[in-house]
Amino acid sequence: MQKIINNPADAALESLQGFEFAFRRLLRVSYNPNFVWRRDAPVAGKVSIISGSGSGHEPLNIGYVGPGMLDAACPGAVFTSPTPDQYLAAIRAIYGGAGALFVVKNFGGGVLNTEVALELAREEGYNVASVLIHDDVSIDQSDNRRGMGAAILVEKIAGAAAEAGRPLDEVVTLAQRTSSQARSMAVALSSCTSPYVGHPTFNLPSDQMEVGVGIHGEPGRYRTALVSANQIVDILMEPIVRDLALQADERVLVLVSGLGGTPRQELFIVFRHIYDLLQQRSIIVERQLVGNYITSLDMAGCMVTLLRLDPELTSLWDAPVHTPALHW
Amino acid sequence: MSQDITLAQFRRWLSLFAEQVQEQVDLLTELDAAIGDADHGANMQRGMRKVQERLQDPTATGGDIGSLFRSIAMTLISTVGGAAGPLFGAFFLRAAKDVDGTDAVSLEQLAAMFRSGLEGVQQRGKAQIEEKTMIDALQPAVEALEAAVAEGLDAAAALDRALEAARRGMLHTAELQASKGRASYLGPRSIGHQDPGATSAFYLIQSAAAALGRQAQAEES
Repeated sequence: MQKIINNPADAALESLQGFEFAFRRLLRVSYNPNFVWRRDAPVAGKVSIISGSGSGHEPLNIGYVGPGMLDAACPGAVFTSPTPDQYLAAIRAIYGGAGALFVVKNFGGGVLNTEVALELAREEGYNVASVLIHDDVSIDQSDNRRGMGAAILVEKIAGAAAEAGRPLDEVVTLAQRTSSQARSMAVALSSCTSPYVGHPTFNLPSDQMEVGVGIHGEPGRYRTALVSANQIVDILMEPIVRDLALQADERVLVLVSGLGGTPRQELFIVFRHIYDLLQQRSIIVERQLVGNYITSLDMAGCMVTLLRLDPELTSLWDAPVHTPALHW
Repeated sequence: MSQDITLAQFRRWLSLFAEQVQEQVDLLTELDAAIGDADHGANMQRGMRKVQERLQDPTATGGDIGSLFRSIAMTLISTVGGAAGPLFGAFFLRAAKDVDGTDAVSLEQLAAMFRSGLEGVQQRGKAQIEEKTMIDALQPAVEALEAAVAEGLDAAAALDRALEAARRGMLHTAELQASKGRASYLGPRSIGHQDPGATSAFYLIQSAAAALGRQAQAEES
């Protein structure tokens, strides 16, 4: 294992400590239980937005804490969902009195831990709601689809609505609408190495790729020969466009995220062909993000997420945001 | 009652369970790497270390079986993470509900505790048998235990039946295609691999058989 770490067991914690030092003007980090929260929280009268995920997906989710997006994010161990006590400590710290929305990616562990957290928070008198992110079109049954890149889009849009003073029920509706209009799919050109495990989670020959991977180093839906960038984009885009039933003249936001081990140079080659494909169909690329936004440690590969936009979602997307990973 | 299972034995059970999981961490990691995300071993190890710490502090775990189970449940829920924390937590939380203030139970009561624990796991995880999850080891074990109690077997024999049923259930998961949990994303590629959650659940039953069954018999003689 070639990693810049001190001790495998400390990797997630030491990274969080470094993150705290790097963004100390923007946010605070609490330990035992661990959570990251915006410096000016609680913001009285504002709906709170909370999310969480395992470590190893940076900048997801801790990089999205700040004005205009998340009030708090709970980082778990590497690839492991955070525990209910983390969420509970976070909500106590940041609750602004106007309700809280949990953004939950559809993974077994994430959903179970959040369900327990929601129950405990309700018992303590907090008004909490949740939105489920399940945008991975590589899975056929839509209720079993994994939560992927749509999480970032939902957190941004719900965060903007909350910042604008919208009440909880409206924030929930907007978050659900965003979630329902987003689809993702990812491809891996390599496995990744969790510091706990010390070797790649699976072995992938250099002339092969895994199509339909998640973000935890698990194998994908199927393995096939590695093909060109344009052909990879065709494989990812076909089910996304079909599942969203995108029509000519519709507007979309495109998110291209590297999975941690792919250079941005290649991500723009991916975006180039996505842009061409959508133009050919007269679908308008209204907004885009190209970079490393949701990752899987050092996995090579990329994820493509499309969100069908309407004027309200676009204006919430454009609203100011001040987080480590998104800033405008 | 000669067959009563005591608080000391329940503590012994949890301690053995923690030891066994930690001995098998590498196996759990390997099983999870094949069809999941390779964190089950590390997660269970983190939780089990905390369980052992709690067990060494008698004031932290209470003087009755219900308090002991609740304390262990909260420890697992707050340290394991992943799906296993809430699921094993649900087992102990639910099993605790009928034994508050009790420091010994009959074999019949033990079977009822296991049934409650299983229901807790099912309710939390929404999984049924044959979905390649820990239910595939737990449910056959609970059913075997109930049948053995109905036949009038003693604790050692009854828990050995449960152990064998759990083992068969665990091994059977290799033949199944997952429809719940992270392995379900693999579709047919999940077939041929034993489920890591069912394997942990097997250790729960195996340690129960050792601490609550055979040990009960040893104490009687």
